[in-house]
Amino acid sequence: MERIVLPQIENFNTIDVYLANGGFDSAKKALARTSDDIIDEVKKSGLRGRGGAAFSCGLKWSFMPKTTTKPKYLCINGDESEPGSFKDRQIFEDNPFQLIEGAIIACYAIGAKVAYLYIRGEYQKWVNMMQAAVDIAYEKGFLGEKMKETFGTEFSCDLFVHKGAGAYICGEESSLMNSIEGKRGYPRVKPPFPAQNGLWGNPTTINNVETITNIPAIIKNGWEWFSKIGAPKHPGTILFGISGHVNKPGVYELPSGILLTELINEVAGGVIGDKKIKCVIPGGSSMPPLRGDQLEGVKMDADSLKEVGSAIGTGGVMVMDEDTNLLDVLIRIAHFYHHESCGQCTPCREGTGWMEKTLKRIKQGNGTSKDLDLLCDVANHIEGNTICALGDAAAWPVKFMITRFRDEFEKFVKPEVSIPVPNKVHSMRGTTAPLTNLQK
Amino acid sequence: MSFKFTDENLNKIEAVRKKYPTALAAVMPVIYIAQEQNGYLSNEAMEEIASVLSIDKVNVLSVVTFYTMYHTKPMGKYHVQVCTNVSCMLRGGYEIWDQVKGKLGLDHMQVSEDRKFSLEEVECMGACGYAPMLAVNEDYFENLTKEKVEEILDSLK
Repeated sequence: MERIVLPQIENFNTIDVYLANGGFDSAKKALARTSDDIIDEVKKSGLRGRGGAAFSCGLKWSFMPKTTTKPKYLCINGDESEPGSFKDRQIFEDNPFQLIEGAIIACYAIGAKVAYLYIRGEYQKWVNMMQAAVDIAYEKGFLGEKMKETFGTEFSCDLFVHKGAGAYICGEESSLMNSIEGKRGYPRVKPPFPAQNGLWGNPTTINNVETITNIPAIIKNGWEWFSKIGAPKHPGTILFGISGHVNKPGVYELPSGILLTELINEVAGGVIGDKKIKCVIPGGSSMPPLRGDQLEGVKMDADSLKEVGSAIGTGGVMVMDEDTNLLDVLIRIAHFYHHESCGQCTPCREGTGWMEKTLKRIKQGNGTSKDLDLLCDVANHIEGNTICALGDAAAWPVKFMITRFRDEFEKFVKPEVSIPVPNKVHSMRGTTAPLTNLQK
Repeated sequence: MSFKFTDENLNKIEAVRKKYPTALAAVMPVIYIAQEQNGYLSNEAMEEIASVLSIDKVNVLSVVTFYTMYHTKPMGKYHVQVCTNVSCMLRGGYEIWDQVKGKLGLDHMQVSEDRKFSLEEVECMGACGYAPMLAVNEDYFENLTKEKVEEILDSLK
């Protein structure tokens, strides 16, 4: 089985072992070619972003303006705050140099002189690991001015590690750029897209850590090799982070298009206590959940999951067994998005709070079936009406969890009863005195 | 209480400053440096950050109040963070949270009187496959059981 991002080689995270296994050869190879050639190769390979949107990486690179005097930047997104996603830390831990090599190739392809690697603040240990690896790369002449000697070209680039400070929203690309610029992590209105107007108003490309780590392997083995791995329309391997009620949770690198049932039952060792599965969230908490009885034949790649009404997201698979209380799960998810909403757009700032409160009311036993419709209604009004995708991410779990598990949620609510109200005149609302007068 | 960066930290700031084309961009790492030196971000510390970087004070304050890892109040020597997000919750995150709450006698964002412990219920820390988890300052403790939690908290002196 192909291992691209996490090769099973002992001590691969040390520079000596990495160099002994052909480390930085791809960068050397790439720097001898033209940048258009590299973009073309990546485009043909079919590599799609691993950060959630699954957008073609080569195409994204080709958006960078060719004739500009402005400096260009590369941002590598290692914010990884999506609940259920914990794959990037494995890369920082086991394969930091391939990430650095990928960054060099990406910088060369898009013409960037500086790359920023954004790592979430909670990952202090992994920030230190990455910083140590970057320092070694500088020392050995793979980064910075010394690159020119090492690779024998005129190209050089810098890689800086930037530590976040605990904001989920900074995983959104424009918010991440604001964060690097030293501002509050508010997402920006698009267009203009980062390729035109990114960091400090300059052309910028943002890729996920896993996407960048794939690049050296594509340059080394060619696009044809890569495009033959896994699902044809979403080729390569994907790091699946499996968590929840499974026997062997963890990060597994597998070809895309693997069956979800195989992933859960064989790779992750099945559900704890051989229970049935009630619900699976296939790509991190913001993706629409799937019912446990509809998992047969579901393949783990962007297009197949889209067909069954979900998305690949970050590949963070959360498995819930038959005894799980989905109301509790949904309250927790709603709380998360309420907490993490940056507050810029009203639908998201207010709507996430309403959803959480309504769900909590249901939990207290005061909900009616109308509240379930209300939740879907609020979710529909958030979705698509915000600057960034956090609004959608907050709306989807609520909307799809309730529509797909309606039977489950009906158990928690009272049936709707029509309370006789003496006077429904709008002006009477909340006033008791006139009503008593009327009754007389 | 006045606040001045130590010479060592001023050198660090100098190095950080070189990573970015603008002074404002260096604000996040510099806030971390100040927080490490002072324990928390007092008004004086924020003013000092602004003057060292020659930026407006409001820029510092706006960043400090946006991110959850910057503290404007003193936290405990051991800042205990328990994750209760979905993956952890499925594997008993709330039991761990209740246990830690009981053991320390603290609730979310409270600090013990001797400033030894502070407690925070945090959102996903990226340890979903190794749930439940808690973190003490920067160190992660994963695959927790009740006994392990006892042991970890007892070891914090």
